[in-house]
Amino acid sequence: MNQTVTRWDELIHNDGVHGSVYVDPKLYDEEIRNIWFKTWVYIGHESEVPKRHDFVMKSLGPEPIIMTRDGQGEVRLLLNRCSHRGNQVCTKQKGNASVFVCPYHAWSFGSDGRLRHMSMPDGYKDCDKSTLGLAQVPRMASYRGFVFGCFAAEGPTLEEHLGGALEVFDRLAAMSPEGEIEVTAGFLKHKVSANWKLMLENETDGYHPSFVHASIFNVAQSGIGQLYSRESAAVSRDYGNGHTECDLRPQFRKIGTPMAWFGTTEEKLPEYTRDMRKAHGEERARQIMIDGTPHVMIFPNLFIAEIQLFVLQPVAVDETIQHVTALQFKGAPELNRRLRQQTMGSVGPAGFLLADDSEIYERTHRGLTAQSPRYTFIGRGAHREVTDQDGYLTGDITDDLPSRGIWRHYRALMSAAP
Amino acid sequence: MNGAPVDLLREVESFVYREASLQDHHEYDAWEALWTDDGVYWIPANGDDIDPEKEMSIVYDNRSRIALRIRQFHTGIRIAQEPKSSLVRVVSNIVIADQSADTLHVKANAIIFESATRRDTIWGARYEYALRRIDGKLRMARKKVVLVNNAKALPNMAFLI
Repeated sequence: MNQTVTRWDELIHNDGVHGSVYVDPKLYDEEIRNIWFKTWVYIGHESEVPKRHDFVMKSLGPEPIIMTRDGQGEVRLLLNRCSHRGNQVCTKQKGNASVFVCPYHAWSFGSDGRLRHMSMPDGYKDCDKSTLGLAQVPRMASYRGFVFGCFAAEGPTLEEHLGGALEVFDRLAAMSPEGEIEVTAGFLKHKVSANWKLMLENETDGYHPSFVHASIFNVAQSGIGQLYSRESAAVSRDYGNGHTECDLRPQFRKIGTPMAWFGTTEEKLPEYTRDMRKAHGEERARQIMIDGTPHVMIFPNLFIAEIQLFVLQPVAVDETIQHVTALQFKGAPELNRRLRQQTMGSVGPAGFLLADDSEIYERTHRGLTAQSPRYTFIGRGAHREVTDQDGYLTGDITDDLPSRGIWRHYRALMSAAP
Repeated sequence: MNGAPVDLLREVESFVYREASLQDHHEYDAWEALWTDDGVYWIPANGDDIDPEKEMSIVYDNRSRIALRIRQFHTGIRIAQEPKSSLVRVVSNIVIADQSADTLHVKANAIIFESATRRDTIWGARYEYALRRIDGKLRMARKKVVLVNNAKALPNMAFLI
């Protein structure tokens, strides 16, 4: 135990991380076992399987997962492996099916994972079908429709894992006049030849936008640049358990104009703003529309990026898929259309923002294989961290505070492993 | 359309080859000039028949967003294209699929070899154009690029395709 602790303390300092933690395939295998297969991981949203027997292919880290809604209306997380010989029973990305028939020997499974039928059943004597269903992720929990899975049968609950970041989902839902998020716009799948943790850290790195995204800030009417400037009142926050935030609310409150967070005005979204007032009351609606939507990275794989949702999927030590879609707010068609349009412009392989981020991820991954220096430096703003009224560490929006928080949690998880 | 006059087919082919060459050589302004004022540049994801008004596409640019894309290239600090991809493409199987009073619907196949910092990538695409004649010259009112692997995870594709 002591030996393990020492090893991770050497690899991860308070102000820097050893390059091998990003690029060593052996350490990657370790973190799949000790992080991805132990903690809560975001899988999908209930609105992706609205009807009974709907299914959609998802993943838990490298593991493919079929998320279904069974005949009773319950969401299930099934492993895509026939209990007979191991063939993958589902090859479609999404659809509606009350049974999955394995094409190898025609065993069939219900949308609840139970084994329904074995072909040529006379060959099976005293066979307990109830033990031969599709495997399920041992623990599943959801909050406001966001479904998480956990391969560890025991451990913290989802609410304990989310901790202070739980409230982020409430803030997000409040943006809908009906209080609900919908994930219905389909996903772009954007592959990068880089380690997943480079994305995990960059999502709440408020230092890079001024530089990586200067090309689009220079030519588009965008307020984003201002948010990450030296004059910005926005702050970075560490919620603990690896969850981090770029809290843009202080800057939007300084501006004080509803819908300015989205670069627009109330007048341009008359139906949405009217319905928000109806739902929340004048004063509260005004505050919500000033504050805008959250920018939070939920460890290890869910990035709520104001108007988008990113899901990080590690595929190999040097390969990660970013699944990304536009957030949709129930009862807000006027806003939703703009959310889709802006998302399509910003993200994916040709996006005005994400193509540049992704190029940097790949170059950074290659850079980190260099022999020297062996450690990164993430000490920016260490001298000006403060504890906010809720007890969380906050700092300047451009500080490395979120990264330091992520690595504290990562080191704790990896050190705790036997 | 089998009955298209040879001259018209030749003119269409010349247009398509020129567009391909401008893209390969990053001749951004000349490429932008090929568009009509209401041009739409569309690269769907997850198949070829999704509704771009409802579901995510890789690119779904109206004319002003095409112009923004070009302006971003011109900053010289569009990181995903600095250094620029080295490109060569073969466009073939060009047919005039349909023709209305003012629009030619043209289909073609393209194989694009991209050499980038990351690695070399081969892209396979079906092109669909709507071409209109403006002041005597063919212009693109619409270009749809269906990548044959668009249902899979794709790497950066920040060049013009």
